[in-house]
Amino acid sequence: MTQKILNADIQYRQQWMAVLAKALWSNLEEMWKDIPFSSTYTLLRKPEMGLVMVEGRTGGSGAPFNLGETTVTRCSVGLQSGEVGHAYIMGRNYQHAEIAAICDALMQSERHDEIARNVIDPLKRLASAATAKQSAKAATTKVDFFTVVRGEDE
Amino acid sequence: MYVAVKGGEKAIRNAHALFDEKRRGDVSVPEITPDQIREQLSFSVDRVMSEGSLYDPDLSALAIKQARGDLIEAIFLIRASRTTLPRYGSSKPLDTSKMKVERRISATYKDIPGGQILGATFDYQHRLLDFSLAEQKLPSESVDEIQGDEVLDDKIPRVLDILNNEGLIEPASMESDESTPPPDLTRDPLDFPATRSLRLQNLARADEGFLLALGYSTQRGYARNHGFAGEIRIGAVAVEFAPEELGFPIEIGEIIVSECEMINQFKGSKSAPPQFTRGYGLAFGQVERKVMSMALVDRALRADELGEEKIAPAQDEEFVLSHSDNVKATGFVEHLKLPHYVDFQAELELVRKMRATSQVMKEAAE
Repeated sequence: MTQKILNADIQYRQQWMAVLAKALWSNLEEMWKDIPFSSTYTLLRKPEMGLVMVEGRTGGSGAPFNLGETTVTRCSVGLQSGEVGHAYIMGRNYQHAEIAAICDALMQSERHDEIARNVIDPLKRLASAATAKQSAKAATTKVDFFTVVRGEDE
Repeated sequence: MYVAVKGGEKAIRNAHALFDEKRRGDVSVPEITPDQIREQLSFSVDRVMSEGSLYDPDLSALAIKQARGDLIEAIFLIRASRTTLPRYGSSKPLDTSKMKVERRISATYKDIPGGQILGATFDYQHRLLDFSLAEQKLPSESVDEIQGDEVLDDKIPRVLDILNNEGLIEPASMESDESTPPPDLTRDPLDFPATRSLRLQNLARADEGFLLALGYSTQRGYARNHGFAGEIRIGAVAVEFAPEELGFPIEIGEIIVSECEMINQFKGSKSAPPQFTRGYGLAFGQVERKVMSMALVDRALRADELGEEKIAPAQDEEFVLSHSDNVKATGFVEHLKLPHYVDFQAELELVRKMRATSQVMKEAAE
């Protein structure tokens, strides 16, 4: 039972961390600027750049292989109230990583509802709108090929 | 042998300054920015990412600007840059079946669940120069006009799974042991015979031109396997990574990849019935030509595993894997232009001596 609750918590945290990681920086910046945040926090790990090796699978579903690396920026923060937030974000935007780590910490704090409402949910909505738009554009290029019987077969 | 030379500092400094001036070109023409390269020359950017083996469109665009558009030089810059960074670990293997598809086609099945989605493609374009592109256009001419009501299915099934239902195609790969990480040629030198995982890593960062020529050679009869593009798909896939401090995987972003599954008829062997076999291509960015070529070469390199006679260059893994890397290749070919004065002096002496000897022998014979 405890395990189940724990797993649900982890799944929830995975969701918001994914939203923060995949957000466009301009969008996150926009949401964040209206959040009152003056409390001091400690940079447990200041933003730093590194690499993650991306793996693929043979034939899409078979044995793993190393496809190539991606740049990643990571950051960890500790709030005064004790919560620790982490961020691992593809790319090299230090500000993005730092604010994402702060949001991760705040989402675990008593300010959860406020951050969910004003940062995570709007970012999620923007992301799904962008996905839907891209999908609709791709859908306009869907074709129906049909094979035509050639004259000599008649 | 290469013997170091000294001197020429001033000339080298000036050559570099001159290079910078040439890079800028005519100053009355506005300077290009990496953002413009990233947004408007995306195929160049994607090629540099895939062969530089580093997914970062901004770095790739910067490298292209710095290299004055020489893509192999840009790839070299990216490879050099990655060596300065620590590696945090490896991602979970990408799940391309969850791709946000931008393009997906099959040349083997006309009616596929999820549909044939052309996306943004060169295919079916007239290869005529479009002079309207040379005119200044206002940014208001937006592509947002292209908008339908329909969206794509959330999950678009793999074409080869359809063929698999009949059992006519081999599985994606042999059973694999996932407790050990796949081989990594950036950490350990290439060793032969190579596993398929190692070959795929090598091919994913291989020179597109080299793979294209080899793939073409298999079509023209040098390895004789007629491939069909079972499926080509391009789109965004989430990258999942499990940091140690968290202990569970998180999505850290999305990358655009191209994937190609080629299928080839196989007559069967002592242990396998007649069936279709597979060749696989996967690489960073929209690099369709590259992944198609990669899939043809991957299939050809499976000759030993499938008990085929090895008669062609594309089937020779030592030949293919040792010469596929354009940074290595350009390093060795281009080093020939560096001063070899001492070397050449020795060769000169040798040829003079041989000549003198042959002259003496000729005279003696007369």
